[in-house]
Amino acid sequence: MSKILIRGAKVLGGEPQDVLIEGSEIAAVGSGLSAEGAEVVEADGKVLLPGLVDLHTHLREPGREDSETVLTGTRAAASGGYTAVFAMANTFPVADTAGVVEQVYRLGQEHGYCDVQPIGAVTVGLEGKKLAELGAMHESAAGVTVFSDDGKCVDDAVIMRRALEYVKAFGGVVAQHAQEPRLTEGAQMNEGVVSAELGLGGWPAVAEESIIARDVLLAEHVGSRVHICHLSTAGSVEIVRWAKSRGIDVTAEVTPHHLLLTDELVRSYNPVYKVNPPLRTERDVMALREALADGTIDIVATDHAPHPHEDKDCEWAAAAMGMVGLETALSVVQQTMVETGLLDWAGVADRMSFKPAGIGRAQGHGRPVSAGEPANLTLVDTAYRGAVDPAGFASRSRNTPYEGRELPGRVTHTWLRGRATLVDGKLA
Amino acid sequence: MQRHLISAADLTRDDAVLILDTAEEMARVADRPIKKLPTLRGRTVVNLFFEDSTRTRISFEAAEKRLSADVINFTAKGSSVSKGESLKDTAQTLEAMGVDAVVIRHGASGAPYRLATSGWIDAAVINAGDGTHQHPTQALLDAFTMRRRLVGRDAGLGQDLAGKRITLVGDILHSRVARSNVDLLHTLGAEVTLVAPPTLVPVGVESWPCEVSYDLDSTLSKSDAVMLLRVQRERMNAAFFPTEREYSRRYGLDGDRMAKMPEHAIVMHPGPMVRGMEITAEVADSERCTAIEQVANGVSIRMAVLYLLLGGNEPAVTHTRTEEK
Ligand SMILES: [Zn+2]
Repeated sequence: MSKILIRGAKVLGGEPQDVLIEGSEIAAVGSGLSAEGAEVVEADGKVLLPGLVDLHTHLREPGREDSETVLTGTRAAASGGYTAVFAMANTFPVADTAGVVEQVYRLGQEHGYCDVQPIGAVTVGLEGKKLAELGAMHESAAGVTVFSDDGKCVDDAVIMRRALEYVKAFGGVVAQHAQEPRLTEGAQMNEGVVSAELGLGGWPAVAEESIIARDVLLAEHVGSRVHICHLSTAGSVEIVRWAKSRGIDVTAEVTPHHLLLTDELVRSYNPVYKVNPPLRTERDVMALREALADGTIDIVATDHAPHPHEDKDCEWAAAAMGMVGLETALSVVQQTMVETGLLDWAGVADRMSFKPAGIGRAQGHGRPVSAGEPANLTLVDTAYRGAVDPAGFASRSRNTPYEGRELPGRVTHTWLRGRATLVDGKLA
Repeated sequence: MQRHLISAADLTRDDAVLILDTAEEMARVADRPIKKLPTLRGRTVVNLFFEDSTRTRISFEAAEKRLSADVINFTAKGSSVSKGESLKDTAQTLEAMGVDAVVIRHGASGAPYRLATSGWIDAAVINAGDGTHQHPTQALLDAFTMRRRLVGRDAGLGQDLAGKRITLVGDILHSRVARSNVDLLHTLGAEVTLVAPPTLVPVGVESWPCEVSYDLDSTLSKSDAVMLLRVQRERMNAAFFPTEREYSRRYGLDGDRMAKMPEHAIVMHPGPMVRGMEITAEVADSERCTAIEQVANGVSIRMAVLYLLLGGNEPAVTHTRTEEK
């Protein structure tokens, strides 16, 4: 059985310790562990985290393999320190049947860079009209627990209610892309001072907030679990805070880009900043950071949305919405949450591994770094500083808003069940 | 002057006054028997229109021809152009043909800015209207018309619009003319008031350098110029206002309302006018309405802009300029 000794790693940011991996499990955590028969990785005070879990990834396969595939997407995930990703259902065909989700799941297993947990569509074809076969997707080999029409909002209140009720039978959760469709017709960016000046169609905060308010009330009424995707406004934070205080079973995610970037960047008309929900204001960014720190927002999820160059190298209105995020997420969180003192590394482990695994019921992920647990681990050089160079991305797409921007931290190693997927910053 | 004209907000007061003064010189050319200057001989200007606008295109074309430029008209509508990437492709094709300036009209806000800043093309870019963003030459011709009427043709040279009170009425939300005018008129020292039903005022307008009112009647007596903006009938179906009748009752300009304006005040309209709803025939045909002059002034302004952007650093028409700033 293979043995790896990670020496002197700050486990969850604590005092340096040794971590011994045997086979697919963590065998021991302590100081001065014997290196006998083990390959030694000198951690030198780097931070060791449980393998990151992304509850919101777009892998594009099947259908848009020119943007990303399960292989390239999971290689990007491993590069970013992830050991499990949840793949959104808006593929072609849509992941609304057992067949499609099993295909995506199996590709993840075959490639072996990262566990891929498919998300099933809530409605057939993401059309918002008829429930997809939620039970069949759950019972398939993929074992789907998270359902989402992401990219589109389940805006029909009755369909949303039925979905929330139905998934209770197998402990599922509905992840809502909160966007009132009528209020966002023709929307191109956050509605406010900048959109008024640029003459771009506004995406008002209330279009997100009104759906979240409705859905937390529905979840309360039927006693179910709802998850809010990529929450982006200060007002949404207030609603989720209220819902939690009332005991409603709601969880919420924020993307790295909504923790860092604002709609002022849209003044460049550079579509690399075009994303849905749109970049908001400084005030929203600060509210999101605080909410992530105090637990109102449960997790960070990337909304990794790869697009080929030609879909972004055009005028704003014609460009696709979305940004890649798997390979920069941890750096952005380090800059916005850790270096601002809002969150320590244990907090990062909680928001990027423990909690997302819990919400998605990801088996074997988001576990403590202790003996007997699966060896899903990520080693981070937190002292690193460097400009983001998309040329080095493992993702097939390069639509990052951070090109040339200096971000802290770099994932050097990732282990999936004891097998290295990333070694010294290079894919294994 | 800068290399491109994308937004009225990019113009300094001195840039704007220089353009207005140069346009006065250009206007004199129109009074000559041969309405042509050799200034842009050998230069190629492309009118790249992704959106229909015969009026604007003809105005630019007349300006280009009066300056002796070689003119290429490219109308994208109805051609193979449908995907976004075509803007880049088209630009690069034109670049390969060695064009000196591109006059672009596009349905998407920001398209001219992208064209000017993405490295796709080296030519000067002139925004002839982009989405609901900007239409800077329209704002310049409006300012030119105001200066002629409110300050004076020759007395106006070197002058801005300091202290003039301008009211813009109509669909502010969807209007690139409104955005351009607010920027330019503010730069030129005028006080601007926007009047519209609240549904047609953008969220975020509070950061603009102007006042906003929902009541036309109370602003009329304090206006040196009232500019009516186009209100498209389909806005009614999208619930921006209840009925055409109600709109014109509250925001239309008729003879009674015009009578409340000061004696010297003018009525402006970028055209085409929707008679009956925005403006009554009585007002449209009155002496005080400058709609036709605005069209003529458009050619002079566009000549001035082309001349200055394409490197004109001498007075365009040698005998008329008084002194350089
Ligand atoms: Zn989404």
